[in-house]
Formats: sequence, structure tokens, C-alpha cells
Amino acid sequence: MAFLHAAGSKVSSLKERRSLLPYLLLAPGIIWLFTFFVLPIVNLARTSTQTPIANGDTGSYEQTYRFANYIDAFIDNKEQFSRSFIYAFLATVLALAIAYPLAYGIAFKSGKYKNLLLVLVVAPFFTSFLLRTIAWKQILGEEGPVIAILRGIQIIGDNTSLTASAFAVVTGMTYNFLPFMTLPLYASLERIDPRTMEAAGDLYANAFTTFRKVTVPLSMPGVVAGTLLTFIPAAGDYVNAAILGNPNTKMLGNVIESRFFKIVDYPTAAALSFTLMAAILILVTIYIRKAGTEELV
Amino acid sequence: MADASSSTRGDLRIVDVTKSFGDFTAVDDLTLTIPEGSFFALLGPSGCGKTTTLRMIAGLEEPTQGSIHIGSTDITNTRPYQRPVNTVFQNYALFPHLSIFENIAFGLRRRGIKDVKEAVDKVLNLVELPHLAQRKPVQLSGGQQQRIALARAIVNRPALLLLDEPLGALDLKLRRQMQIELKWIQTEVGITFVHVTHDQEEAMTMADTIAVMNEGKVEQMGTPADLYDNPKTAFVANFLGQSNLIEGRIDGNDGDNFVVDVFGQKIKINKNRSHAKDSSVLAGIRPEKIRIQPAGTAMSGNVLTGGVISDASYIGVSTQYQVEMPWKQELMVFEQNDDGVPPLEKGDAVTLSWEPVFTFALDGREDAFAGSEVHADEE
Repeated sequence: MAFLHAAGSKVSSLKERRSLLPYLLLAPGIIWLFTFFVLPIVNLARTSTQTPIANGDTGSYEQTYRFANYIDAFIDNKEQFSRSFIYAFLATVLALAIAYPLAYGIAFKSGKYKNLLLVLVVAPFFTSFLLRTIAWKQILGEEGPVIAILRGIQIIGDNTSLTASAFAVVTGMTYNFLPFMTLPLYASLERIDPRTMEAAGDLYANAFTTFRKVTVPLSMPGVVAGTLLTFIPAAGDYVNAAILGNPNTKMLGNVIESRFFKIVDYPTAAALSFTLMAAILILVTIYIRKAGTEELV
Repeated sequence: MADASSSTRGDLRIVDVTKSFGDFTAVDDLTLTIPEGSFFALLGPSGCGKTTTLRMIAGLEEPTQGSIHIGSTDITNTRPYQRPVNTVFQNYALFPHLSIFENIAFGLRRRGIKDVKEAVDKVLNLVELPHLAQRKPVQLSGGQQQRIALARAIVNRPALLLLDEPLGALDLKLRRQMQIELKWIQTEVGITFVHVTHDQEEAMTMADTIAVMNEGKVEQMGTPADLYDNPKTAFVANFLGQSNLIEGRIDGNDGDNFVVDVFGQKIKINKNRSHAKDSSVLAGIRPEKIRIQPAGTAMSGNVLTGGVISDASYIGVSTQYQVEMPWKQELMVFEQNDDGVPPLEKGDAVTLSWEPVFTFALDGREDAFAGSEVHADEE
């Protein structure tokens, strides 16, 4: 308030003050973004082309603009790189398959329980992400109910376990990102005028055709938003792989984490971070272009 | 399903249909025949069951009891997409993600028709919007969307077209224009139109036959002129236009007429227009049928003396009077301003008269105000 007041008294006319107002409103956000996003990104970019100082201590680097760091980092970790995208893709598809019927049910079939169900979708956020992932480890663990049931009906053998596996990592990611898929889907399904579905029935479309030709196209903005909100953080995730995986399920996030904090190989970690960011950006851009959601209102 | 439009033809028959929602009976033992090719209006205030009736014909609601037939086919238990019936929804319900062309082609494509272009172009021409084929619904005005909704339905050549308050969202001027167009299109395509509305003027402008509904039942059915000139219930008398309903008692016969005593004065009512159950009647006369003259003028026909003008409003084409009668009832009189005589003024003593043929008689136990309040909150 004092800040606004001081700024206001400096400019004489009301008109000028009005034209400054948008910038003043944006200022806190811009300052925040600059300090905590732009500066670190620039710093990261600088780090990514550094090389170790000859005969220096571990973790001391100098700027040599060695862009080959990117190629080295990619070649050394291309397995984890592709795994990140495969796991993120699988988790996104699974989350979509689970969330669509759920969101559809909440939007159209839940009646008076609608608000309760929405609260239940959001409820996991009241517990820490880390804690929930550790709990997931117990659910899938040797003493847990899932393995007992699966062994009971002989879907898996007695020697197979579920934890420390790609299966556990993907299911953990699916679980953790499910609300991010469900909520945008619900929002766009809920906006559909039910009379357009009635109109489709009236115009000789059976229930399945109505779903395919009317409901799905009209819910596309939710599908796109939900898949992005799931895929992007999933591709960069390392918590699920760290807690639920094994050495052969490491994702790029785990590599970056260990390069930064364990091996103190900052340039490689920085180069990997940038490569991941660029790859996600390219994929997302292609996806949004293909989905063509800008036409949907 | 490909020949959905041709396999089932004929009159629509609604037989003993009841629809209840919990304790509430929306439609109460309704039986109705709508002749093939007619423009039929279901008219009534909101909550009278007209929209529920329409939705049952469309298959969007299931009757609790009774059956619905088109020609000789019982369609009661068929799904909406199996019925040769199309609907123009109240808010149009166009598909926002499809172009106007694809909206109209939707029904044709679902029935497996490959070459839709000719049919779609033809119907776009009929509604005079061929240039909008590639637009999206949001880019159209309300009136244009209304026509596209109509085009999307009639392109399928259904046995029956249902219109749910189709003009409700349009402004008055556009509504008048669309009323005339709808009537013209109906004549052009020859499909049976069933039109649901609460607007009595809209129903009278367009429909050949009107069924006036109230509390889940049909009060009266007939041509617009029938209903207006010869209403059978106070609800119809008040809901379609305005009526003066005066308490009276049948006192004797005079040829084709009953002689009715109203507060000591005698009027005649044609026996064909009497729906009284015994001697107690409500004598009805429309305000514009009444002539008004200064007291003492000799007048013929049914004459009521002793009135005093309590209010006069000049509205250009006519002057509307409120006349207080000796028995403290206010009667409405609409007088055309076509005789060059200056309007009478408030406080003037007057005599009222009208031709006996315009009088109708209702059962004297009816509520004289039934149906008159509903107009105010509908508009």
C-alpha cells in the first residue's frame, strides 16, 4: 500500500497513474519470477558449458563454453532419458484411462454426492507427496494386500515381487498425478450442456456414438490440459523412481539428482536438465498443434 | 434405421399417458391425437406438463403409464435415436465443435447416408442461410442459430417435429418474423409440427390446433378461433386473451338461447356456447366485443346498465376502459378508436351492450380468475 502510494504521488496526472497500474500489479510476480526463475536458469545455462578446473578440488569448475557437454551427457544417459518419456507416457495413458470414467461419473452421474467426490479427489493433497509414495511402497510390498491377492489368484508367482520394479514406478506415478488429470477433465465435462447429448440421441446417435461424436470432442480441452499436467511433471519426476524403483528403473530426474548432489558433476546435471526441458517443450508443442484445441471453445 | 423417416407415418396418438416425478404428477392421464401434417400447439403456463409431454414423445422421458404411437407403431419403449422424431431444443443445443454444415448433416450421417451435401444445401437454402455453412455455432446470432436448429431437425424428414419453446430466446420483433417463417416452412415441408409454448399469441399465430394444458391435463383442444370464441373453462377463457366472467343464474329459455339473470338484469346466451352443468353459470364476454355508450342511450342485444368508468387508458388503436358495475365487479371494455367520438372519461355513467352470439357460459362453480394470474410471471 505504501509502495503504491509513493509511486502515485510521483506522477502528476491521473491518466499517467492509470497507465502505470498494470505494471504495478504485475511487479510482484515479475520480481518473483526474475529472482527465482530467470536468474537460476541463466546460471544453469552457464554451468552447463563449464569444465573441471585442472588439478582443482572436486566440484570446482570454470567456464570454457564446452557445448560438447550436452552430447556427452545425452550419450551417457540416453537409456534413462528414453525411460523417463516411456514411463511418463504410460503413466499419462493410465491416468487418462482411470480419470475419464471417474470425471464423467462425477460430472453427470453423481447427483448430490458431486461435491463430496470432488473433495475426495483432492483429499490426497492434504498429505505430503513423499509420504504417499512411501505408503504406496507398503501397499505393493510383501506384507501388503495387493501382492497377497495377486498371489492368491495366481496372477503372479510366489517369487515375484511388485516393489522395486518398473510396474511400481509407473503405478506410483499414475496414482500421484491422477488428480491433475481428473480435475481438468471434470471441469471440461461439467461444462458440456447435457442438451447437446440429448440432441445427439434425438438425431439418431446411440449412446456410444453420442459419446464418441459429442462428449469426447467437447471434452478435448480437458483431455489436453490433463495430459499436459500429468506428462510434464511425470517426465521430470524422480521421487517415484527413487522410492518405488530399482537401479534399472532410474529416470532422468534420478540421474540429475545424483549428478548434482552426489557426484557434484554440475555441468552434466545442468546439461541434462536443459535437454529434458527442451525435449518436453518440443513434444508438448507438437501435441498441442496436433490436438488443435484452440478451435474448441 | 436408415428408413426411420419413412417406415413410421401417421397420426401421433398419446394414450392414457401419466408421468410422475416422485409425488408430483407432471402429466395426468393424457389422451391426445395429433393428426398427420398438422401444426399442433401445446399451450400452457410453466409447470403444466407440456414440456414433459414433448420429452416423452421425443423419448427423453419415459411415461410412468400409458403408450405413445405414431400411425400403427407403438414407440413407447423405443430409444430416442430409434424414433422418427426430431426436436428443436429450447436453447437450440447445436454442437459447438462442429460447423453448421456438420451440425445439419449429423442426423443424416448417423443414418448411414453418405452423400449429404445436396440435402444439407437444400435445407440451408430453405432457412435462407446457405452462406453460413462453414461457420461455427458461436459465430451465429440467436435468430440464425434458431434457424439452424430447425434445419438440423427437418433435414431428416421426421414423421414428427417437436419444437420446445423455440422462439423463447428471441426478441419480440424477431419472434414475430420467425412465427410467420415457421408456419411457412411447415406448410412447405408438410411435416407434423408439435409446438410447445406458453405464449398464447405465438400458439394462435402458428397452430392449426391448440391443446391448452393446465396441471397435467388438457383443458380444451380446438382451433384458435374455437378456443377464443367458445372456451369451455375459466382457465381457457382467461389464459387465451382476456375475459369478463360474470356470475349469473339460468332463468329460462328463449328459442336457442338461455336467459340468464345477472344481478337483476337479463342477458341471453346461445345454448351451443353453454358449458354450464346446472343453473349456476359464469357468463363470459370478451372485452373487445362490448360496446360502450353514455348511460341512457338505447342499445340492443345483451345490455347491462348502471356502469361507471373507473379507469380509461388510451392506447392508440383502442381505448381500454375499466367499468365498475353496480355489483362492484370491474369489467374490461376495449373500444376501437374508429368512430371519431372522443373517448369517454373516468367517472362517466355508461351502458354496456354486445351481441348475444358472443356470450359464452361456464360452470358457475369455477374459479373466475383461473388462468389469469399466470401471464404476469411468464413474460
